[in-house]
Amino acid sequence: MAALTAPARAAEDSAKRVGGSRWTGYWLLAPGAIWLGLFFVVPFYSLVSASLFDPNGSVLTGYKVNYHVGNFATAVKDYHPELLRSLWYAGLATLICLVIGYVLAYAIAFKAGRWRNLLLVLVIAPFFTSFLLRTLSWKLILADHGFVVSTLQHLHVLGHDGRLLNTWLAVVAGIVYNFLPFMVLPLYASLEKIDGRLVEAAGDLYASPFTAFFKVTWPLSLPGVVAGTLLTFIPAAGDYINAQLLGSPGERMVGNVIQSLFTSSQDYATAGALSLILMIIIIGMVLVYIRKVGTEDLV
Amino acid sequence: MSQASEGSRSLHLSQVTKEFASFTAVDSLDLDVAHGSFFALLGPSGCGKTTTLRMVAGLETPTSGSIRIGDTDITYAKPYQRPVNTVFQSYALFPHLDVHENIAFGLRRRRSAEVDRQVKDMLDLVELDGQARKKPHQLSGGQQQRVALARALVNGPDVLLLDEPLGALDLKLRRAMQIELKRIQTEVGLTFVHVTHDQEEAMTMADTVAVMNAGVIEQMGAPAELYENPRTTFVANFLGQSNLIAGKVLGRDGDFVKVDMHGIAVSVPAQRAHTDGTEGWVGIRPEKVLIAEVGEDIDAPGNHLEGGIVTDVSFVGVSTQYLVRMPWGQELQVFEQNTGRRKIFAHGEKVDLSWRPEYAFLLDSSQDVNAGIEDD
Repeated sequence: MAALTAPARAAEDSAKRVGGSRWTGYWLLAPGAIWLGLFFVVPFYSLVSASLFDPNGSVLTGYKVNYHVGNFATAVKDYHPELLRSLWYAGLATLICLVIGYVLAYAIAFKAGRWRNLLLVLVIAPFFTSFLLRTLSWKLILADHGFVVSTLQHLHVLGHDGRLLNTWLAVVAGIVYNFLPFMVLPLYASLEKIDGRLVEAAGDLYASPFTAFFKVTWPLSLPGVVAGTLLTFIPAAGDYINAQLLGSPGERMVGNVIQSLFTSSQDYATAGALSLILMIIIIGMVLVYIRKVGTEDLV
Repeated sequence: MSQASEGSRSLHLSQVTKEFASFTAVDSLDLDVAHGSFFALLGPSGCGKTTTLRMVAGLETPTSGSIRIGDTDITYAKPYQRPVNTVFQSYALFPHLDVHENIAFGLRRRRSAEVDRQVKDMLDLVELDGQARKKPHQLSGGQQQRVALARALVNGPDVLLLDEPLGALDLKLRRAMQIELKRIQTEVGLTFVHVTHDQEEAMTMADTVAVMNAGVIEQMGAPAELYENPRTTFVANFLGQSNLIAGKVLGRDGDFVKVDMHGIAVSVPAQRAHTDGTEGWVGIRPEKVLIAEVGEDIDAPGNHLEGGIVTDVSFVGVSTQYLVRMPWGQELQVFEQNTGRRKIFAHGEKVDLSWRPEYAFLLDSSQDVNAGIEDD
């Protein structure tokens, strides 16, 4: 070691420091990784095992993993209407959220001026009360003798004994209401970044406001559209509160089925299989969607 | 491009006023820009030049007055309905489109034929062939600037508006682009209206310069005319530099006005005297002032000033710039070219100054002697 010259030693020291900083990244990752391990990987493992339980098991006799892949077939056979309904409701609600959310986010980003921050706070204000309470309030708003239904009956939009509560309309409306902020915020973030001068330039180059929107504003807001639709569609497809509180058994969604299989009938095998199927379908759809919209071309 | 006669495509602004909530940006502006000319609107920031440009582009609506191209009134026409295109200060290139599609944008909106060929011709003109498939963020500032120019030019507008188009470029590139812009303007023969705060840029490129200040045009004319014969203290100071010396008008005889300048009688040509008052500012450009040793015979009969003391000498290679304190306390600027045949004076030396009467000008005494002097 005595042969080491001063500069060489200095180089070694600095190499040690770099070595130290290489581990810093992992330390910083650790809390998140532990959290994910405990609350995602472990439950996921137990979910996968549940989906492979012997379907004849019960709370009394216990459950055995006998790799009964038939659980998946049973789940699809028995519950495909709920599965499809979930995708349909979530898709419809996402579309409605996109339309309402885009207009709202556009107005906040470009037209709100000094009210911008207040409006953003208002968008997230509902989060200050519980999800359950808010959905229960919708039950009151849409109730058979409530003011919304009587007004609509009065206007002959609804028939004499037409109702809103316990219809698919109520369920979709509930989902739209509950997930709208998840659509608005990413849309706002990406609209707000658009340079207004680009729209002016489009106008200068013979684009009407309508064309300027579709050729400039819309493509530049696509990252927000993708993020917003995913953040809305994914939780909406697995939601069961809205269907349970605002719908009738005819509007049962896959979330309701999974919930009742797990808690009431304790058919863990089918519940596990159904959960996995929903997950795989959603992942598949998201991959196709992202591939189709292709965000890597966007700045 | 249309076959309409040239006069019918010139730009006219009459009595154009733009008021914002708290101030008047443009005040009863009258402007005529002949077809095919390179016109510069020059002024400090906040003088109303960009607002004027935006009104021509249709991005702002005048509070009153009218804007015409030829015989067509476009005062209230939508931006996308007027034969005007703009090169924006920030370029405003579409980040999601490549160079080709950026340039093709206007053509596609108007369903023009042969888009690809027109775009290609434009790319050749601005010397960007081979860059067609790049995205704007992959280009340098100068290249982006050319794309912005091509994107506007390809539409063959009656008037091309340039909003400080070279502002974001470094000095060397700016000089190169000035020459380039002038070349392209000559080549395509379109009307260019160029907004800038850079007096050198305006003078090198434009056929006609309008100096704008506080919402009005102070003076308009060919660059040399504005420089040699400014009509206001603002123009005298904003365009180059001037010595402005307080004087009393002694009398006017025919071609000359006699002025008493702190006890020294000087004369100013009548057509360069822009005041009818009894007082005025005698103006002379620093490079028109000759400097000589006391008593030396110098070539400027008429206006001869004695008793100067050199207070500052800056040798800048091509010239030497002096500050000379006159007996009445004012320091005058003198630029002398380094021909090598003249002595370079030192700080504290006594000198005489003189200038030929035909280079002097006389301005109204009510004007602010410091108007148009930039702090930076």
